[in-house]
Amino acid sequence: MTGAWPFFVREMILIRRRFWKMLLSMAVSPLLFMIAFGWGLGGRMRMEGSDYLTFLVPGLMAMTSMTRAFAISSEINIARFYWHIFEEFQAAPVSALEIVLGECLAGCVRGLMGAAVVYVLALAFGVRIPPDPALLAALALNTFIFATLAVGTSMTVRSHADQALLTNFIITPMAFLSGTFFSLAKLPAWAAAVINLVPLTHTTRLIRAAALGQPWPLSALIVSLAFAGVFFFLSVKAVRLAQD
Amino acid sequence: MITIEGLTKDYGRTRAVDALDLAIPKGEFFGFLGPNGAGKTTTIRILTTLTRPSLGRITVGGFDLVRQARQAKLLIGLAAQNYNLDRELTGRESLHFHGRLWGLKRRARISRAEELLDLVGLLKAADKQVREYSGGMKRRLMIARALMHQPEVLFLDEPTVGLDVEGRRQLWGLLKGINAQGRTIFLTTHYIEEAEELCQRVGVLHAGRLIALDSPAALIAAAGRVVVDVFEDGRMNSHFFEDRAQAGRFATSLEAAATIRPANLEDAFVKLTGRKVIE
Repeated sequence: MTGAWPFFVREMILIRRRFWKMLLSMAVSPLLFMIAFGWGLGGRMRMEGSDYLTFLVPGLMAMTSMTRAFAISSEINIARFYWHIFEEFQAAPVSALEIVLGECLAGCVRGLMGAAVVYVLALAFGVRIPPDPALLAALALNTFIFATLAVGTSMTVRSHADQALLTNFIITPMAFLSGTFFSLAKLPAWAAAVINLVPLTHTTRLIRAAALGQPWPLSALIVSLAFAGVFFFLSVKAVRLAQD
Repeated sequence: MITIEGLTKDYGRTRAVDALDLAIPKGEFFGFLGPNGAGKTTTIRILTTLTRPSLGRITVGGFDLVRQARQAKLLIGLAAQNYNLDRELTGRESLHFHGRLWGLKRRARISRAEELLDLVGLLKAADKQVREYSGGMKRRLMIARALMHQPEVLFLDEPTVGLDVEGRRQLWGLLKGINAQGRTIFLTTHYIEEAEELCQRVGVLHAGRLIALDSPAALIAAAGRVVVDVFEDGRMNSHFFEDRAQAGRFATSLEAAATIRPANLEDAFVKLTGRKVIE
């Protein structure tokens, strides 16, 4: 597994180089959502027993950590299609599993940075979520799922444009519809059933439960772990297949 | 050092490399020539484990490239045709990244990186991001990177493409020095004079098949040592002769304008393939 380390270190160098730029860009969307939905629309609204902003913040953490972890796909795409540096990775004496692991861990760091930005912004909006290892673990699981998905898809798509399509048609709708902004209890049964097919729904449940000091829903934990395992396996396979 | 037996690569119905057999001994500077699309890059990609062969067996340093890829990779250094460098890293960081990938310990990584930056003349630019490098600097960095883990075989795919004459000459000097240290070099190029200057043996690949394999001097001799270029109706035709006397007799018998010159590898190549290297 030591072969994963170089990939992780490389990504950390890139993050260090762009740190402030990244943090600022990570803050824009959550800030707008907190102003628009927290203060504006949801000021007097309550959701699942909490005021709306308290309900919203864990959803925003789930959404932001997901999109930021998935954003590693753009980096891999650029490395693969434009800079051709993926060739160096493939020529190295490291396994596909180590490549995936290194890139996924870097994706997790990006995702957790996004969640931390939301956490700090939430404090400024008066929402204090007690720091809890369960919250960190749920966020880590969420970022791992989407970082593995990012690695797998970026090795499968044939162009950077294909990756953008995937983001537009799958990631963005998922970000808004997976119980991040509203309670799924309010949806018709068929709609809830469809939304339950995507991983963010389950990780949002875990993150929200941990943020509100509640135990993790077991079903959400099992489904999330299953997604993590399947996506990781598929992304290792995708890296192997990319050799041709 | 490298043995290739029956190497074949198909992309759908297109056969890119066709039953290639080749053996390259340790320490040889070997050149692979061929027109565009001949299969040179496909071959080098297979030999560096970037592409899987459809058929055939390849060993590098005795390790099977498919079944013992990890061990074989430790013996291989590659400078690809594209500038495949991370533009956001500095030159020094690029070398360290490569060193980590090949499992070099910290101390070895530091000393090796400094030694190679010095060798390729990039010490002063080592902390600049690669995006600020010129084409020649990028090429030299790629060669330094390929040497980081002290490979026994260095694969160079068109290493001087895009370089000016001075940059190319500098790189040739560098490559000669690397080969003099006992490293095997496998070079693909479409600059004939490059192969003639650097390589001890040259293989000519045409439509995926190896059609000639010998030293540049032997390939030239086989084609004919002296060339008479005849200019007729706005076209030039080259005629090959064993010696200058024969060529002179032929030239004086002509009514058209003609020049006599020694043959070079390009002539041999054109005679073998019926094509110029770049068409």
